[in-house]
Amino acid sequence: MSWRRFFRRGQADADIQREMESYVEEETAENVARGMEPDEARRRARVKLGNAQRVRETAWRQNSMGILESAWGDLRYATRLLRRTPGFTVTAVLVMALGIGATVALFTVVHSVVMKPLPFRNSGRLMDIAETDTHSAMPEHNFVASADFFDWQKQARGFEQMALYGETIYSLSGSAGQLPEQVDAQETSWNLFPTLGVEAVFGRLFTASDDNAEANGTVVITWGLWKRRYSGDPSVVGRTILLNSKPYTVIGVLPAWFAYPNAKAQLWTAVRHEETKTWFTRSHGAHNFQVVGRIAPGVSPAQSQAELSAIQARIRQQFPVGPISDAAVLTPLLESEVGKIKPALYVLFAATGCLLLIACLNIANLLVARAASRRKESAIRTALGGNRWRLIREQVMESLLLSLAGGGLGLVLAWGVVEWLVKVRTDLPRVSSIQLDGAAILFGLGAMTLCGLIAGLVPALSLDDRQMLNTLQDASRSHAGSRDKVRLRRALLTAEVALTMILLTSAGLLLKSYQRLRAVNLGCATHNVLTMKLGLSEARYGTPTERLAFFEQLLDRVRAMPGVEAAGLDTTLPGTGHQRDDAFTLKEAPPPATGTYLGATVRIVDPGFFQTMQIPLIRGRFFQNKERLNNANVAIVTPAFAHKFFPNSDPIGKHVDDGNFDGPHVFEIVGVVGDTRETLAGQMQPTIYYPLYRGSNGFAYLVIRGRGDVEDFALPAQKIIASMDPDLAVGDILTMEQILGKASLDANFNATLLVFFALLSLVLAGVGIFGVLSYLVAQRTQEIGIRMALGAQRDRVLGHVLLDGLKPALIGLMLGLVGSVVAGRLIRSMLYATRPLDPIVFVLVSVVLLTVAGAACMAPAWRASRLDPMQALRTE
Amino acid sequence: MRKSSEPQNEMLKGTLDMMILRTLVGGDAHGHTIAKIIERTSEDLLEVEQGSLYPGLHRLEDRGWVSSYWGASENNRKAKFYRLTAEGRKQLVRETSRWRQMTRAIGLVMGEETQG
Repeated sequence: MSWRRFFRRGQADADIQREMESYVEEETAENVARGMEPDEARRRARVKLGNAQRVRETAWRQNSMGILESAWGDLRYATRLLRRTPGFTVTAVLVMALGIGATVALFTVVHSVVMKPLPFRNSGRLMDIAETDTHSAMPEHNFVASADFFDWQKQARGFEQMALYGETIYSLSGSAGQLPEQVDAQETSWNLFPTLGVEAVFGRLFTASDDNAEANGTVVITWGLWKRRYSGDPSVVGRTILLNSKPYTVIGVLPAWFAYPNAKAQLWTAVRHEETKTWFTRSHGAHNFQVVGRIAPGVSPAQSQAELSAIQARIRQQFPVGPISDAAVLTPLLESEVGKIKPALYVLFAATGCLLLIACLNIANLLVARAASRRKESAIRTALGGNRWRLIREQVMESLLLSLAGGGLGLVLAWGVVEWLVKVRTDLPRVSSIQLDGAAILFGLGAMTLCGLIAGLVPALSLDDRQMLNTLQDASRSHAGSRDKVRLRRALLTAEVALTMILLTSAGLLLKSYQRLRAVNLGCATHNVLTMKLGLSEARYGTPTERLAFFEQLLDRVRAMPGVEAAGLDTTLPGTGHQRDDAFTLKEAPPPATGTYLGATVRIVDPGFFQTMQIPLIRGRFFQNKERLNNANVAIVTPAFAHKFFPNSDPIGKHVDDGNFDGPHVFEIVGVVGDTRETLAGQMQPTIYYPLYRGSNGFAYLVIRGRGDVEDFALPAQKIIASMDPDLAVGDILTMEQILGKASLDANFNATLLVFFALLSLVLAGVGIFGVLSYLVAQRTQEIGIRMALGAQRDRVLGHVLLDGLKPALIGLMLGLVGSVVAGRLIRSMLYATRPLDPIVFVLVSVVLLTVAGAACMAPAWRASRLDPMQALRTE
Repeated sequence: MRKSSEPQNEMLKGTLDMMILRTLVGGDAHGHTIAKIIERTSEDLLEVEQGSLYPGLHRLEDRGWVSSYWGASENNRKAKFYRLTAEGRKQLVRETSRWRQMTRAIGLVMGEETQG
């Protein structure tokens, strides 16, 4: 078999024909030479040659490729059929495009985020290492105390390397007219990059000599910052930049794909150069860092975890008091990065799978209808000896063609969706690695083929040889002949409705829980509040007096801005997550039992903060302006704090000893203010407020509440700050509404997408019901006409047809309810304040589905009841 | 007259190819001559089916064992001539030796005297 011959069959055929002619000529000439009459000679020659047509056919077949040949024929036949019904074809292709597009897009995300290994050398051996406490006094995955890390590094044998890093923020001064900018950064032990196996694109990465207090400041910048701020100029390596007003030499640029531990981090500094205070090497209780380790070959994660836990348990024995952990937890790095987002992505992926299946069933359904209308044709072909296999092949070819066309369109759609998603969901882990790659396209092709086969085989296999002849025997007025087809279509419908029901309830549950989330009372003002982040540099504001002076002046000037009602400063914004907690002791209570400690969320605020955020005073008083510097040993607590630590007494007048502060650190509780939430979905955390005017803290959020559009305050406020300190950068300028939007982005996104998928499948199911019933009515036109002629009431006909359509919908609904219960349980972790069996959602969804089903049934039923019996009887 | 020839043809397919190649050793020839030579040489025991001959020739050409050109026949008519290629010659040698082994083997089994 060769392609050349295949394509030149026509010429070969002509050749053979001429050859045979010349054969006849030769033979005739010989016969004449033997003495025959010319006519007889030619006749004999032809007889000898035999059937010339058969010779040609044999040669033609020999030059053909059987399967390909017939596939080509089927393809042409299918194309012709599809072209004859453009409406059907366009609908089916669009339906398939939506299904494939959504599924491939979600597959791309799941594959890129969850399944692809991290882009590090031998990334399977990389482990995130967290601390924990076997007495569960601590979170399951607590941050690591730096002193613990140093002990691990010294004592553990099961690791090739182990590195420490932690989040920080710098004010990056501008040069040559650039504005200063606040950048998210990471400080790290020098060996993080070797541990991960990352190399610099330009320059070099940290060495041990950069990573100590005496070294000159060095900084490694990310590709993004390099492109954005230094316009991709390689000569930036070696240049000195100012971070928090201190000089740092840029030593290297990281590769473009490097987005670890998140895409937020813009630059990296050496941790020992940054953290020069003694607590860094000594404290086993200050949990501020993350640790990544590469386990040695031949060592299992469990062994390494046991080893570290043993070391940690010894540390705990040595330091029995305070927040010291006694165990370590190892999580594969990939899992620790994407573990949280995984369930949501899987749910969305499953939803697209359902959508695709519904699309597929819908097309199958449409094809069954077409097959039914071509029944006669198939029957005649079967009777004439056409084989059944060929009929099936044609059917499958048709649906394959549909699904390939739809899928091609779907791939384009998926590409668009992925592009959009990457822009919208910058908060997703590994978002930069998301791209529609070969694997996704392969997956798409697989999905297309599968869909084509399913959609084609379902109707094709319902072709039955034995019934074929019955069809021919049937009078043209038959209506009973297609019972089986109708049953099949009803079954497909039922499945569609059931899947739609599951999607709808899941979407409803997520939507409700998103609304619940947005309706959460944060405990403070959320409207007309603008916030911005600023951090005073150690270099310029080294003393409490300097910091206090800056903050006080800033507040005075901001409060004087027109339209501003109140302004304040706080170290943590409600709804933005957990920032800091301290371990402390209470003067008026016995010390905590050995191995336990008291801890609460810490926030540091100015006296005007509570009024600015409209956090109510419950007892006692707010901070006062005169409580400043050394005269500021007062604290305010929340009801949750009071409830936890003073269940039976009044917290006011009690004393908290918080050793995390320099100078005198015993604080008297002077007031109780309302609880606020750190996260939308979380509980009210016991919280203690300390005065910002103590001057111990140089980092704060400025919050401004005012009239009108608060975003208009951003520019004047920034101008005030710039006039006070041109190198001081401001970051994260957001209204409280925007912060809440960000905090609920995930829930919003999941709910919106799922609702979209559910509505899409609802439409598909509706169209499916409508199609089946319309077909049914058309098939039974004569039957209905006879019934009416015999006196059947129009109402009864209407009811009859309605019931006919609603029955599969009702069965589907029941099955869907069962499926929804299962689905609800599976997505429980994504729900907030919503039960998986929320009755309102279930009832509402059932009503919506039934309404749509009813509406879809109504039109054909109405048409049936309006039939003119005379005309109906005449129709063929 | 050729009604029962189908299975026999199938069996002879390989041998027909071999015989065509053998015929062409004597020089280029067109279909009619090839058929005639085979029939004559076999003392008219074999009758070459045109239905197998032409597809067979095309198959051989496709495999590169023969080449073809249009020329004038002995009677000065236009005819397609076939020529044995070098590759075809090698193939003929291979097939001939296989054929010899085969006939000898069958002969042994059938208990015939092999004639020296």
